[in-house]
Amino acid sequence: MFKLIRYLKPFKKQVILGPIFKLMEAIFELIVPLVMARIIDVGVHSRDVGYVLKMGGLMVLLGVVGLGCALTCQYFAARASQGVGTLLRNDLFAHIGKLSHSQIDSVGTASLITRVTNDVNQLQVAVAMLIRLVVRAPFLVLGAAVMAMLLDLKLSLVFLAAVPLVALTLYLVMSRSTPFYKTIQKKLDKIALITRENLEGVRVIRAFSKQESEMERFDEASGDLAKSAVRVGRISALLNPITYVIMNGAILAILWFGGMRVQSGALMQGQIIAFVNYMTQILLALVVLANLVVIFTKAAASAVRVNEIFAMEPSLTDRGNTQKSPVPGAPKIEFQDVSFSYYGKGQEEALSHVSVSIPEGQTVGIIGGTGSGKSTLVNLIPRFYEATGGKILVDGVDVRDYPFEQLREQIGMVPQRAVLFEGTIASNLRWAKEDAEEAELMRVLDTAQAREFVDKLPEGLDTPVVQGGKNLSGGQKQRLTIARALVGGPKILILDDSASALDFATDAALRRALKQDTKGMTVLMVSQRAATVKGADQIIVLDDGNVAGIGSHQELMDACDVYREICLSQLSAEEAVQ
Amino acid sequence: MNKQVIKRLLGFLKPYGGYLIAALVSAVLNVTLTLLAPVLIGDGVDRIIGKGQVDFKGLAPILLWLGFAILFAALFQWIMTLCTNIVTHRTVRDLRIAVFHKLNRVPLKTIDSNSHGDLISRVVNDIDQVSDGLLQGFSQLFTGVITIVGTLVFMLSINWVIALVVVLVTPLSLFVASFIAKRSYNMFREQSAVRGELGGYVEEMVGNQKIVKTFRYEERAQQHFEQVNARLYDCGVKAQFYSSLTNPCTRFVNGVVYAAVGIIGAVSAISGRLTVGQLSCFLSYANQYTKPFNEISGVVTELQSAFASAKRVFDVLDEEDEPAEEPNAVQVRDCQGFVQLSDVAFSYRKGVPLIQGLNLTAKPGQKIAIVGPTGCGKTTIINLLMRFYDIQQGRIEVDGTDIRQMTRQSLRSLYGMVLQDTWLFSGTVRDNIAYGKPDATDDEVVAAAKAAHAHSFIKRLEKGYDTLVAEDGGNLSQGQKQLLSIARVMLIDPPMLILDEATSSIDTRTEIRIQKAFNKMMEGRTSFIVAHRLSTIREADVILVMKDGSIIEQGRHEELLSKNGFYANLYNSQFAVEDAG
Repeated sequence: MFKLIRYLKPFKKQVILGPIFKLMEAIFELIVPLVMARIIDVGVHSRDVGYVLKMGGLMVLLGVVGLGCALTCQYFAARASQGVGTLLRNDLFAHIGKLSHSQIDSVGTASLITRVTNDVNQLQVAVAMLIRLVVRAPFLVLGAAVMAMLLDLKLSLVFLAAVPLVALTLYLVMSRSTPFYKTIQKKLDKIALITRENLEGVRVIRAFSKQESEMERFDEASGDLAKSAVRVGRISALLNPITYVIMNGAILAILWFGGMRVQSGALMQGQIIAFVNYMTQILLALVVLANLVVIFTKAAASAVRVNEIFAMEPSLTDRGNTQKSPVPGAPKIEFQDVSFSYYGKGQEEALSHVSVSIPEGQTVGIIGGTGSGKSTLVNLIPRFYEATGGKILVDGVDVRDYPFEQLREQIGMVPQRAVLFEGTIASNLRWAKEDAEEAELMRVLDTAQAREFVDKLPEGLDTPVVQGGKNLSGGQKQRLTIARALVGGPKILILDDSASALDFATDAALRRALKQDTKGMTVLMVSQRAATVKGADQIIVLDDGNVAGIGSHQELMDACDVYREICLSQLSAEEAVQ
Repeated sequence: MNKQVIKRLLGFLKPYGGYLIAALVSAVLNVTLTLLAPVLIGDGVDRIIGKGQVDFKGLAPILLWLGFAILFAALFQWIMTLCTNIVTHRTVRDLRIAVFHKLNRVPLKTIDSNSHGDLISRVVNDIDQVSDGLLQGFSQLFTGVITIVGTLVFMLSINWVIALVVVLVTPLSLFVASFIAKRSYNMFREQSAVRGELGGYVEEMVGNQKIVKTFRYEERAQQHFEQVNARLYDCGVKAQFYSSLTNPCTRFVNGVVYAAVGIIGAVSAISGRLTVGQLSCFLSYANQYTKPFNEISGVVTELQSAFASAKRVFDVLDEEDEPAEEPNAVQVRDCQGFVQLSDVAFSYRKGVPLIQGLNLTAKPGQKIAIVGPTGCGKTTIINLLMRFYDIQQGRIEVDGTDIRQMTRQSLRSLYGMVLQDTWLFSGTVRDNIAYGKPDATDDEVVAAAKAAHAHSFIKRLEKGYDTLVAEDGGNLSQGQKQLLSIARVMLIDPPMLILDEATSSIDTRTEIRIQKAFNKMMEGRTSFIVAHRLSTIREADVILVMKDGSIIEQGRHEELLSKNGFYANLYNSQFAVEDAG
């Protein structure tokens, strides 16, 4: 948590002045019972109405000044805590942007989002409480105790007995009930899980007529949750009654023993009332203190999670790289004995010793089963991951020597999962080139076989796209992501199994159009479908991270077992030999 | 609207009426005793007048009564909390079960046309909101109101002049409380909206980092993020500031009440109309007088969102059930597999016809392949055959019986269905295979797995048939999941089949196994296949070529090719590329 303290620096003024103002309010608050005691013991006993009014006015004044101090403090706290949160979020987001893909994978997107939002939130709350309450609550407890001692040391022994008892109760109840909340969360997750399963599997469930047993499963989970919730309730229901009994028990004791003290003349009647008041203040402050402990425990856990992200050094950088010019005569892309492992050098390899040379303007098909390394291979070209062995050259220059900008601007990539962003169809297409003209957008839509359906939309290019592109079908999204990659005319186009949601006719039309419209573009096409790669200039067959064969369809049919097996399983015998 | 919601909620509370009454009675007793305590304390103070003037004989019984009041106040508070707890959680359970059962009775249309995330959030979050806001809110509202009324009554009975002073300050408390509650409620709503926007943006950008990087979008993303973040700062500061006003303002109003009571009380005491003990009693009332106002105003905003949530829950409960079965619907057990569709018309949305005049005859054992471009209505046929949706015109018959004359359950049991989006539930591999026949023996399960070519990979899993399938089946590949769902169908041995071929993402070896499993399964069974693979299509007995919801061609592969129509076009477009390449 202390590593993050530097974020408080810009808010030094608020962090220091805030608690001071709060302290002033607390001091005024502690004075009030004393003033009241004076009113009774001096004003009432000597029947001095003027004194009563004077002291009453003082109380109101104390209240007004106290309010002013408190408001200032609250304002400082709001400014500082939100400011710290905002700075933290900006830095976190920027830092995450620099991390490599494998680093992001190791944390997980969902977890990153919670860290940027919820965890920073917890820290924000902690900062606010730091300013607002950390000084106030303990001060009130101690202050009230000290004031009581100043009034009468012997009677204040009642406090010394009551305060630890309340603290113990708080500790016992909270330490017993908190573990339950995790269990309850888990049981609630189970409810969500069964509901999701039932919605998504509704066809299967009804096909098998399993509604009854699914309902039983849900009823059980629901009943289980209710039971646990009632059980925790039983424990936490004790908290308020017990503290109430302790506090009022203490007041009872104050009355009895205080009565003795008054009898012997050591105390006055009004001071008894002040004692009762301090007791109430202490109790309230103790409850606040207990909540503070909870808040700071949570914040400490959040700080650890935020720091974990900051501790990750970006593993891929392009620092110090300068613009490179292509080596004349070199192939567009060349893999020289490339190996790669997701877990680091020497670990299980996703690609082993791949060497292949791709001349400019070629269309290359990459085929193989799931987990054979197809996507990994193409992801190495824009340097999403760093090869653990060998090197990859683009235009004869090692990809590690390019600035990211120069390397990536010549690559158009269509990812496996068709993702669009919130905005419009046009704003999505203009991702690579913000100033692309409408004519260019129309042209790429034509190539990507998306023109027809975009034209049919009433708002055409300006059709809004909701987050994740949920208002479009899978096939439509996929065609739009292909169009997006084509804007700006990249030199290298990578299609990572990007036609999977298309039926075979659209898929075929797309390949035909790509062939016609992308002259001079080097195209890499990853696919599971033999028909998709069949017409490529060169086909790379991968099997378990190894190259099983490279060549044209015909050559591979003759020489490569893996390839033949794939083709025969998908195409009829005559199509395969055609 | 709220009246309706409350009425229905009361319906759910009915079974726990006893607990509810116990809670209410305890609340009244608790508040009364809590308010009685300051009176007793005040009486006690009056026995302690000064040196040598302490009346211990009078003090002792007062303290005894005080002790009883304290203990019983605590006891009733405890009983009240326990009772509301039970009422809350059991009502929530019942409400959840009611919604879930409803979801199992609604037609598929309702489930298909609602976002699943939204429905889940109604079952989980909204119902939680109802429990937090409504039920606990009500108990707070109730104790709050009794406390205010009780305090006023007690004060009036002691000294009406001072009580009047407190009453005069009441509007101030109300005003302050509602001012803060309203402001902070609006600000919080805005803040959570912006926070949601920010979270969504992070999800988009981080989740799709590869795209962000290929398109060199990093800086633009950072700029946008900082812009949203700055907005979050603005409304965050406001939300936090307004909400943090509650405590200082309460303290201030309390302070004013305290001072007013103190001054007037002291003056009254001087003139002998009030004892010092009564003054101390007034002072402690003054100290806690504004608290219930804050609680109530907090509860009101929470109640509002709870009402909104309850309404969302009841909206689900108000969905229409699937139409009831025909009174004389038969329970079919087996069939030969003769399926006839005559003049079938269907549409998902009124006024947007999808399928019209569809005729089809499937003889026992035939394979019917359904092909066509994306979105032409292939999966709709599955929905109609299984009666997930009811047709609007014409009839569908199995072995000569209209399927509307059969119970849905028995009709569906005639088909074995393997969908493209394989669905497994969280449980073991064995449970998943035995889904349609929970009492299957181990041997039967293994036999089905073997028939589905799934046995070999299952054996290699760490715990074999006892391996737990993760929430989204993440520990199994797409192909393995499909093999499991084939085994699931193999086990129940249905007379007819519905298969939806996967378009992609299955590795070749598994793919070959699936092909073999499919072929074995189709032997002798009437099968409907949504086909993507040419090999499947060419071996079909009937190919249905669909375009824009209607069947435009029907026949065997060669027949259709020689027709030189849409199918031939579709088929040839596949080869034009290959020829060029």
